[in-house]
Amino acid sequence: MTPIDYYIHLDNIHLKAAIYIVLAPLLGGLLAGIDRKLSARMQGRIGPPILQPFYDVLKLFQKEKIIVNKFQNFNVILFFVFMIFTGSLFFLGGDLLLVIFALTLAGVFFALAGFSVNSPYCHLGAERELIQMMSYDPMIILVAVGMYLVTGTFRVDAIALYDKPLILFLPGVFLGYLHVLTIKLRKSPFDLSMSAHAHQELVSGLKTEFSGTTLAMIEIGHWYENVLLLGIIYLFFSFNSAVGVAAMLLLYFLEIVIDNTNARFKWELTFKSTWVVTALFGAANIIILYFAIRP
Amino acid sequence: MMGPEGHVETILFLILFPAGVSLLLLSIPVKSVRRTVAVIANIALIAGAIRLLYESSGGTVRFELESVWIERSMLALEAALSAFVLYMGVRYRRYLVVLFTLLQLGLLVHFETVAAPGIHVAHSLFIDNFSIILALIIGVIGSFICLYAIGYIEEYHERHKESEDNRRVFFFLMYLFLSAMFGIVFSNNLKWIYFFWEVTTVCSFLLIKYHEDEESIGSAFSALTMNLLGGLAFAVGISYAGIYAGTLELDRLIADGGAYAVFPAALIAFSGLAKSAQLPFSSWLTRAMVAPTPVSALLHSSTMVKAGVYIIIKVAPALKGTLAAAMLSYLGGLTFLVTSLIAISQSNAKKVLAYSTIGNLGLVVACAGIGTSEAIWSAILLIVFHAVAKSLMFLCVGITEHKLSSKEIENMDFLIMVMPKVSAAMIIGISGMFLAPFGMLISKWATLKAFIDFNPIMAIILAYGSAATLFFWTKWMGKIITIKYGLKNLEKVVSPWEWTTLAVLSFMTIGVCIIFPVLSSALIEPYITELFGTSPSMDRFNIIIIMIIMLGLLTMLPVALMYYAWLDKDYKRVGTYLGGANVDNIRFLGSTGEELTADIRNYYLDSFFSEKRLFDFGWVAAVFLVILMIGVVIT
Repeated sequence: MTPIDYYIHLDNIHLKAAIYIVLAPLLGGLLAGIDRKLSARMQGRIGPPILQPFYDVLKLFQKEKIIVNKFQNFNVILFFVFMIFTGSLFFLGGDLLLVIFALTLAGVFFALAGFSVNSPYCHLGAERELIQMMSYDPMIILVAVGMYLVTGTFRVDAIALYDKPLILFLPGVFLGYLHVLTIKLRKSPFDLSMSAHAHQELVSGLKTEFSGTTLAMIEIGHWYENVLLLGIIYLFFSFNSAVGVAAMLLLYFLEIVIDNTNARFKWELTFKSTWVVTALFGAANIIILYFAIRP
Repeated sequence: MMGPEGHVETILFLILFPAGVSLLLLSIPVKSVRRTVAVIANIALIAGAIRLLYESSGGTVRFELESVWIERSMLALEAALSAFVLYMGVRYRRYLVVLFTLLQLGLLVHFETVAAPGIHVAHSLFIDNFSIILALIIGVIGSFICLYAIGYIEEYHERHKESEDNRRVFFFLMYLFLSAMFGIVFSNNLKWIYFFWEVTTVCSFLLIKYHEDEESIGSAFSALTMNLLGGLAFAVGISYAGIYAGTLELDRLIADGGAYAVFPAALIAFSGLAKSAQLPFSSWLTRAMVAPTPVSALLHSSTMVKAGVYIIIKVAPALKGTLAAAMLSYLGGLTFLVTSLIAISQSNAKKVLAYSTIGNLGLVVACAGIGTSEAIWSAILLIVFHAVAKSLMFLCVGITEHKLSSKEIENMDFLIMVMPKVSAAMIIGISGMFLAPFGMLISKWATLKAFIDFNPIMAIILAYGSAATLFFWTKWMGKIITIKYGLKNLEKVVSPWEWTTLAVLSFMTIGVCIIFPVLSSALIEPYITELFGTSPSMDRFNIIIIMIIMLGLLTMLPVALMYYAWLDKDYKRVGTYLGGANVDNIRFLGSTGEELTADIRNYYLDSFFSEKRLFDFGWVAAVFLVILMIGVVIT
């Protein structure tokens, strides 16, 4: 029995949530470190140590608190809390649709944080963040719909225990999910709203005016989110936990490759391509599946 | 528990009392007396609606109430109404209005005298949990909107000196309208429903026309024409039901009408589509936004348009399994998708609300077309949650419209600093429309589950449409929460009438979500069980999660706000980053050294979601679907 199987079979949902809350930022931070290292190697640099993201975040906590207005950090805290809540709900095996709605709630708070500052860069970043959300939202819902059509349930724990490989029923949905995963992981060509890379036209986009502890919370919030997103990949391969883990790692590597080989899209192309991919892969897969499995 | 006699008294009170109040308000010349009457009347109406809830036995109760005098007075009033509409049609040279009215009149006279006179109607009135829910919406929300209107209309006339001060007529129409709404939801006699239906059409027409300028008159006639067309379809449906199915009772027609029920049901559903402004009729509702805002809140979002979907839900079982029902659900889905996309490109706050209203009613229509127990359950949830949150939104916009002298969302910059309390209400309203854990999200969730089992295409439509609603609501919310210091507070001059209503509706928007499990198990589920034998309900674990989110928000928001307002002192304030060329917080030096001001505007994505293109597309597709819907039942 692998640790993942052991985790899925845990009966205590509180323990499951607690494990996620403790381990997710460690895993997320580690992934970010590996990401930076691999990206550096792809670009012919040596790159920072794997633990660099942790050093960065720890340092952010010691920074002076600089703000534009008194209330700008308010929404970031809400984003952070609801992101952890959403991830916990997923990993304790809750309703997948509810997870998606809670994720949207967290995302809305994040965008609102950008709006509240009254800075042109934050504002444009927030607008683009919203366009990204509008772009990927249908596909994320279709992931849940597809999994429901196959397994007959929205419960994450039940889907994870489904004995047949979901990927065989939902190849189109899976491809669609990979497309929006690139947006959700804020990878090029879809890193419109904010970017870690130096010198983009929006400075740092949405997070331009956030610093110190607040910026650290944004980072850690996204680590939690990334682990959740990889968890959804796992569901497609959950018939075998070894295959599932391999798929998560492989696809994360693929995202790094995509990040390093693509120039940034404009928002128009991001939006259009995502809705078209959602229709051609996600929606088509679901309609075919529905007629195939209908008695 | 009381006997049916108790019910029928309350029902008759609810139907007749507002009509009496409306006449009283028309005849009293003194403003303060009118206000007192209105307040007492509203308390009585709210009490009446709540009493109905207490008396309820949970099941359907039908009442016999036959009297020649009721029939005759209704006929006389109907004739007067038609004469008035004819006069308006001739006076403003709208011959389509004249044509539709004459056709309706001719049809009904022929039906009453030659074709099928004197059909016995055993039960003219009825009550079930669904009509109680609607009565609560009409009684409680309607009353509070009327109270709000007292403060609103005062300021309206201060700001529109050119408009003639007809406020007595205004309140006459508002209360008369409430009366007609109660009539619709309690009548089982199709002729009575039709009568009240036409009263709401005329009230809506006159209230849209209230400003009496060219735009208002044009919009009013657009609403009148489409609703008269719907009324004509209704009249044909009644005649057909009377002649072929031999009954004029709604419940008997649906239950025992068999094959003869399909055609009238489709026509009445058609009429419901016009009333609830579904595509292809949606343009009348967006144009009706010229009306004073309480009218938009009461007629065009929380009640009258709900009458349209109400009747569709009632007649839909007769269409079950036919192609017409499938067309109905596609029509609703199409309307939801197209209007949600159009709303992205709108910057006029009332038009955004109008498009969102049409879209959400589209979801209800789609649920009615699907007609499973899950779908009807979600449809009723949608109606309830939408009525509360949307009326709140309209009333907030009613205040900002006066204080900012604009209905544009783009002029709502820094609203949270200028009008903090109104903004708080608006944020609650917007959250209520699309965000977890609020009502509309719960009902959309239920709707999605209902769609998946029926037809995944509908689920896909819902996924796309919801993404669009996410975009336009959040950017609106982002606009109002932008923070800037040193602005003057504009809130002090809002009247207590408006404050009361805003506060009550804000608490109700949150409250209906908290009591949602009770609401569902005590009112909605018994109704669904009566219809289908079983009823869906939400998984308990999920309800707990929803409540945790709600409690989290309700505790974290005030605590965090207080922390930032008073406790958090350890920070350094800086200006925003403006490429290093700041003059001050909002001004910067341009490339040639001139001072420029950073002006922040929202995205409207007009190249993707232009109103004209999407509407034209939606209109053609919807006309096609309507033709199919009516066509398949004729053949």
